Amino acid sequence: MSATIIRNGRVIDPANKRDEIADLLIVDGKITPLSQLSTLNPQPDEIDASNLIVCPGLIDMHVHLREPGFGHKETIDSGARAAAAGGFTTIVCMPNTSPVADNPSTIAWIRNRAAGACVNVLPTGAISKGLAGEELAPIGSLAQAGVVAITDDGHCVQNHELMRRAVEYARMVGVPVLDECRDYNLVGSGVVNEGYWSTLLGLPGWPAVGEEVIVMRNILLAELCDHQVHCLHLTTAGSVRLLREARGRGVKISGEVCPHHIALTDEAIQSFDTNYKMNPPLRAQVDVDALLEGIADGTLSVLASDHAPHADFEKEVEFDTAPFGIIGLETELSLFLHLLVHKHRKIDIVRLIEMYTVEPAKLLKLDAGTLSVGASADVTLLDLDLEWTVRADEFQSASRNSPFDGRKLKGRAVRTIVGGKTVWRL
Amino acid sequence: MKQRWNRKDLLGLRELSAEEITFILETADAFKEVGTREIKKVPALRGKTLVNFFVEPSTRTRTSFELAAVRLSADVINISASASSLAKGETLKDTARNLEALHADILVLRHSSAGAPQFLAQRLQASVINAGDGAHEHPTQALLDLYTIREKRGTIAGLHVAIIGDILFSRVARSNIFGLVKLGARVTLVGPSTLVPREFEKLGVEVSYKIDNVLPNADVVNLLRIQHERQRKEYFPGIGEYTRFFGLTKERAKLLKPDCLIMHPGPINRGVEIDSEVADGLQSVILDQVTNGLAVRMAVLYLCGGIAT
Repeated sequence: MSATIIRNGRVIDPANKRDEIADLLIVDGKITPLSQLSTLNPQPDEIDASNLIVCPGLIDMHVHLREPGFGHKETIDSGARAAAAGGFTTIVCMPNTSPVADNPSTIAWIRNRAAGACVNVLPTGAISKGLAGEELAPIGSLAQAGVVAITDDGHCVQNHELMRRAVEYARMVGVPVLDECRDYNLVGSGVVNEGYWSTLLGLPGWPAVGEEVIVMRNILLAELCDHQVHCLHLTTAGSVRLLREARGRGVKISGEVCPHHIALTDEAIQSFDTNYKMNPPLRAQVDVDALLEGIADGTLSVLASDHAPHADFEKEVEFDTAPFGIIGLETELSLFLHLLVHKHRKIDIVRLIEMYTVEPAKLLKLDAGTLSVGASADVTLLDLDLEWTVRADEFQSASRNSPFDGRKLKGRAVRTIVGGKTVWRL
Repeated sequence: MKQRWNRKDLLGLRELSAEEITFILETADAFKEVGTREIKKVPALRGKTLVNFFVEPSTRTRTSFELAAVRLSADVINISASASSLAKGETLKDTARNLEALHADILVLRHSSAGAPQFLAQRLQASVINAGDGAHEHPTQALLDLYTIREKRGTIAGLHVAIIGDILFSRVARSNIFGLVKLGARVTLVGPSTLVPREFEKLGVEVSYKIDNVLPNADVVNLLRIQHERQRKEYFPGIGEYTRFFGLTKERAKLLKPDCLIMHPGPINRGVEIDSEVADGLQSVILDQVTNGLAVRMAVLYLCGGIAT
């Protein structure tokens, strides 16, 4: 028997509407009623959580772990350690690997690797074979192999008929559909937001409408098929408006926000630093403001990183040719705490935790994201007021492509517990 | 004199002050005179090595830089993309650092990606001169345009300059906009709405889709080369329609003031953006631009090359 008691923390468990100073007992990796404390022999190890928040282990439902195929950028193991250092106990990895996760054997390979990782790693499978957008991947077999969703992330199915059938089929097998919203014709060779800065710098523009057209498509298909479609990393005021209207009518559509899209605007690209190049691109202030409102009113319900590791030599090239994406697992929670809770005061800490636990767990039907008795003891300890400076060279991730190196932030995870075991502490 | 210039690189006109631009033009005056001498060569950059690194093809600009460097007594090497290790998969950074390891003092870079000169300037000790980066900037082209306007009209402030053509994809247009606005000109951009988005108005210029309304008021018209290759097909219907709406035809040229200058960065498409007779007419200063380009590039190499040591 192993037992741990977390003492005197502010326990926030949105799934159970709980927010109180309390002790949390963990026995053999499960959340256990405090009433059993007197029966334990020996007495449990103690963790002092005074002045800390004790919450369900956080879930990031949008990360790229690069394995199989691109172990020089990240491995499942290093990505899991980065997640732990960021306060995450469960991460959901995207299928744009090599080989593509469009078949049960690749899913089995990922799950095998994930079994040795320090946090829970849950795979997604592809919507289309080879992410080519031409024919359906074996979605039923992927679901049986254990994927928690299907997505062509990194790509976007352009053929609306194929996407319609994917959503219908996914409904039958009970997995949600996640979509990167990007119309290839409208976006073309765009690398930065189409607007003032693209005009000034002569960089190819990636227009907001290139996202919004696909958000609208997804709303219509979610409605037609009566099945959950989740729009990954939304960035534009128009997307928020479309989603707000559709959710108001009860359409099974949801949207996610990444920290960089509210922490930065496209003004940053004038340095031509490729750590400001991501898909979708950094947008204008009006879009940032709309995203903040969308978070505040619940239109945007999920927070995630789109953790996208790339090696230095891949990123240190001309802006047009650099790969899209930045890493985020070790900075996202702090950025959101800093921006949403402290600076802009758009949501409180309870809602932030809910967006990182209950919301993704509900969407992906995960048995996670709560401190209910009997639940796996995945727990994150947060210090809401701790001020710190991001140091990319101290990251657990195998990559360093972060635009937030050197940034001063307020609030961070200080201990991450998976299945009752501390996997990381500050 | 040197305290008026302290940059090792020339990356674009957006980052220069009006004083710095004017100083380059004044420096070019002295070098223009050199071109009229029997011995057209000065020892200003003797012992220096200049590499013309043209990752995107160019004849006009490369030749102009090469001649400018030779007249300053620099040693010149020309490298094209296909003949460089870039073709073997080497990164731009590594290729440039190899050139620097060979003690190149000045790197003149033409590249298809916006920002490539900035990228190298941050990583090299050598001077980096932007000879055109994607649709971003082409500072020496704009400087020679400014030089030519100033030479012919005595001033730039207060003049009305119309830039006509494919503005969206034009580095020449952007550098001209930055330079002209800083020096006090009024600028109107003209072309199809798809190639001249209204967003440009935020750069302090006017946008018009009616060339016939603009021509009578212009002191300078700068025509850009129009192309209709694969990636432009979605932007306008074709060359014929372009010429009908925006070409400087013989008929349209009659709308111009008699002293209006007609400019073109070349190479010109006769009969497309400009009628042949107009290109060769009295108002055309297209060949003066070429001559002045040499003086302006000598000035830029002299100023930046002097700082890099």
